[in-house]
Amino acid sequence: MTLLDLPEAHSLHAKQHPAAHEGDAELTEKTVFGFWLYLMSDVVLFATLFAVFAVVGRNYAGGPTGQELFDLPYVLIETAVLLASSVAFGFVTLAAQDNRKQATLLWMALTFAIGAVFIVMEVYEFHHLIQEGAGPDRSAFLSAYFTLVGTHGLHVFTGLFWMIISGIQLARDGLAATVQRRLGLLGLFWHFLDVIWIVVFTEVYLIGVL
Amino acid sequence: MGAVGGGALLVLAVAAAITYYGRWTWLWSEYLTSVDHKKIGIMYVLLGLVMLLRGFTDAVMMRIQQSMSLDPNPGYLPPHHYDQVFSAHGVIMIFFVAMPLVVGLMNIAVPLQIGARDVAFPFLNSLSFWLTFSGAMLINASLVFGEFAKTGWAAYPPLSELSFSPDVGVDYYIWGLQISGIGTLLTGVNFLATILRMRAPGMNMMRMPIFVWTAFCTNVLIVAAFPILTVTLALLGLDRYIGTHFFTNDGGGEQMMYVNLFWAWGHPEVYILVLPAFGVFSEVVATFSGKPIFGYKSMVWATVAITFFSFVVWLHHFFTMGAGANVNAFFGIATMIIAVPTGVKMFNWLFTMFRGRVRFSVPMLWSIGFIITFTIGGMTGVLLAMPGADFVLHNSLFLIAHFHNTIIGGVVFGMFAGINYWFPKATGIRLSEPLGRASFWCWLVGFYVAFMPLYVLGFMGMTRRLNHYPNPEWQPWLILAAVGVAIIAVGILCTVLQIVYSIWKHEELRDTTGDPWDGRTLEWATSSPPPIYNFAETPQVTEIDAWANMKANGGGMFVRSTPYEGIHMPKNTPAGLLMGLFSIGLGFGLVWHIWWMVGVSAIAMIAALLVRLFDDDIAYIIPADEVKDTEMRRLAGAGQS
Repeated sequence: MTLLDLPEAHSLHAKQHPAAHEGDAELTEKTVFGFWLYLMSDVVLFATLFAVFAVVGRNYAGGPTGQELFDLPYVLIETAVLLASSVAFGFVTLAAQDNRKQATLLWMALTFAIGAVFIVMEVYEFHHLIQEGAGPDRSAFLSAYFTLVGTHGLHVFTGLFWMIISGIQLARDGLAATVQRRLGLLGLFWHFLDVIWIVVFTEVYLIGVL
Repeated sequence: MGAVGGGALLVLAVAAAITYYGRWTWLWSEYLTSVDHKKIGIMYVLLGLVMLLRGFTDAVMMRIQQSMSLDPNPGYLPPHHYDQVFSAHGVIMIFFVAMPLVVGLMNIAVPLQIGARDVAFPFLNSLSFWLTFSGAMLINASLVFGEFAKTGWAAYPPLSELSFSPDVGVDYYIWGLQISGIGTLLTGVNFLATILRMRAPGMNMMRMPIFVWTAFCTNVLIVAAFPILTVTLALLGLDRYIGTHFFTNDGGGEQMMYVNLFWAWGHPEVYILVLPAFGVFSEVVATFSGKPIFGYKSMVWATVAITFFSFVVWLHHFFTMGAGANVNAFFGIATMIIAVPTGVKMFNWLFTMFRGRVRFSVPMLWSIGFIITFTIGGMTGVLLAMPGADFVLHNSLFLIAHFHNTIIGGVVFGMFAGINYWFPKATGIRLSEPLGRASFWCWLVGFYVAFMPLYVLGFMGMTRRLNHYPNPEWQPWLILAAVGVAIIAVGILCTVLQIVYSIWKHEELRDTTGDPWDGRTLEWATSSPPPIYNFAETPQVTEIDAWANMKANGGGMFVRSTPYEGIHMPKNTPAGLLMGLFSIGLGFGLVWHIWWMVGVSAIAMIAALLVRLFDDDIAYIIPADEVKDTEMRRLAGAGQS
């Protein structure tokens, strides 16, 4: 994740170091490219979990089915919340591009808040299922469900943590090149999680309830 | 316990020697905290070689056991110990010998071959190494604390599930591989970005050295395949830790899903290992034949084709699953098709040698040994690719002979060729030729004596992983195999001696030219070892074999018209080392369910990362004068001032 934009062999801040061979733009380009590669590996990770769900998603082992468990309207609200947080992050990017530090921080706080609502809703859903005796140890279907949805949730949680770190760094350094670059990566990560969620919503919830 | 004592003694001896010579500061600043790809490469190779000794010890133990254990003789290894030995052998050889050697050679050679100053993300590179190191340490910790998996290196469920393997062995396996696997994934991202974004001006994709091409394809495979392993092991872990039902007998679990997922990673992994070996042979054969590689474009396309096909053959590891004739036919045919691009490569190497001025130096001996040995291994592989034949040979010693034939004949020979070839570049010291030859011949002869009997035993119906056996006709062949292993042991001893002797005689064996083999690619255009910045001036590339062309056109890199400039480089950092060491605590805590240790280690890892992220002082400038001095020394050494 943010590991990627750490020290660069050729890179430097041209303003600080006159012997620059490579400017911020080039470093950003390389870092964003590396981050895309990481995201592609994450696609494979989720693809594997989707495949696992496709294989064992109907192995109920005498336990409850998706149709019995899932509350589609609730999940629809969850989905809307996550998408709204992505819109909010779009405004983070715009504000950062305009070099408006306060606005960037405010929009990021909003994104964080909406993202946190999503996590809380998901934790509540998990808690509710476990209370009903439909925990991950009930059947292969529920194992795959909790693992897939939980892995996405873990990513969202990581994104929230990353926002706190970015917020601190933004408050400390302002919209310096490094901060801008890391915000760009965070944006990619955050929007990527939406795309994954759309597939989760479709494969797990919609098809599961059908 | 002998292994524990020996290991502890070795560590103590090394530590004492470092203290005696007062080299701790040097070790810390030159290696442990280094973000220099060359130093990290050396550490990877060292890790691989040390682990080779461990994995080979396991092999010796198995061969001795099987040479004795004809019923009623039980041999000297009880089953629960023997099972750990063969599991550890496979895990260590694949993950902590072959992988570190492959990644190590990529680290040493790739940035130099593309004319770059380092990899795209040097800190990430250091972190990758230390995570790999930690994974290896965790696996070895099982020697002292508890025990290792008794499941074989693939850890198939339901055997690897809690109900049948209630001890910590499988947990060591899971966490050791998870931690090192993350390191490998980061390596994949790093090298793809390096190769795609940091090539010298003029080096378009079709001018890259073949080793860079194979490294590129290997890293594509890493990024595309390792997440599958991560998920597979995570699911097995969830089954064991929180009682999910992915692969269990009850609750709707599917054991064959594990086997499919494991090999969906596992077969690409085979090519992750062997493609860079192919790359080494391509460099070595061209250099020591004094000719450009024959059929460069076909070599590239063969590599790309193998990369693609490696993803559509995984089912040939379990034709006996019973997926049906059509499924088996598809995977059987796909498997046989891989022999075509591999054959293309074989002919390219042969035609490169044809009418060349072949110099039979040690790397070239390994390459020729490879061409013959790997061809045999490839052909037995095509035999196994026929589902009908596989139903007979599945899990027999024929299979064991086949994959050792390709992994030793391909990967191990390739890595030794590469180590002999690039050792002078990485260290500035040439390796002793006589000891290198001795090592090669012992390995080659030892390999055939050790593994050809296993083909025979496979046909005689002997299955793998037997602790003892009832058939007296098998024993002579097993004794012969044990003799072969003894010959290989002499080969390994020669390799160790070769390295120790060469370091001891470093004054005589020093490479002052930077180009000891009359090389063809850019790593030979700088001194041995290269300065930390690799190239004072970024090379300009106009053709394949950039360095050979520069030499042919008179000078090239040696001519300097513009004044030297300061060079911006990343500073050393202990962050990767610390995160790696904390990850040992994380893994150990998870294995033994020591939850406070898990929490503390995880927080420490995150803290180390955050300190790193908030550090602005991560780079420095090498002043122009210092660059000039270094370059003058280099030119004087090369006799070109």
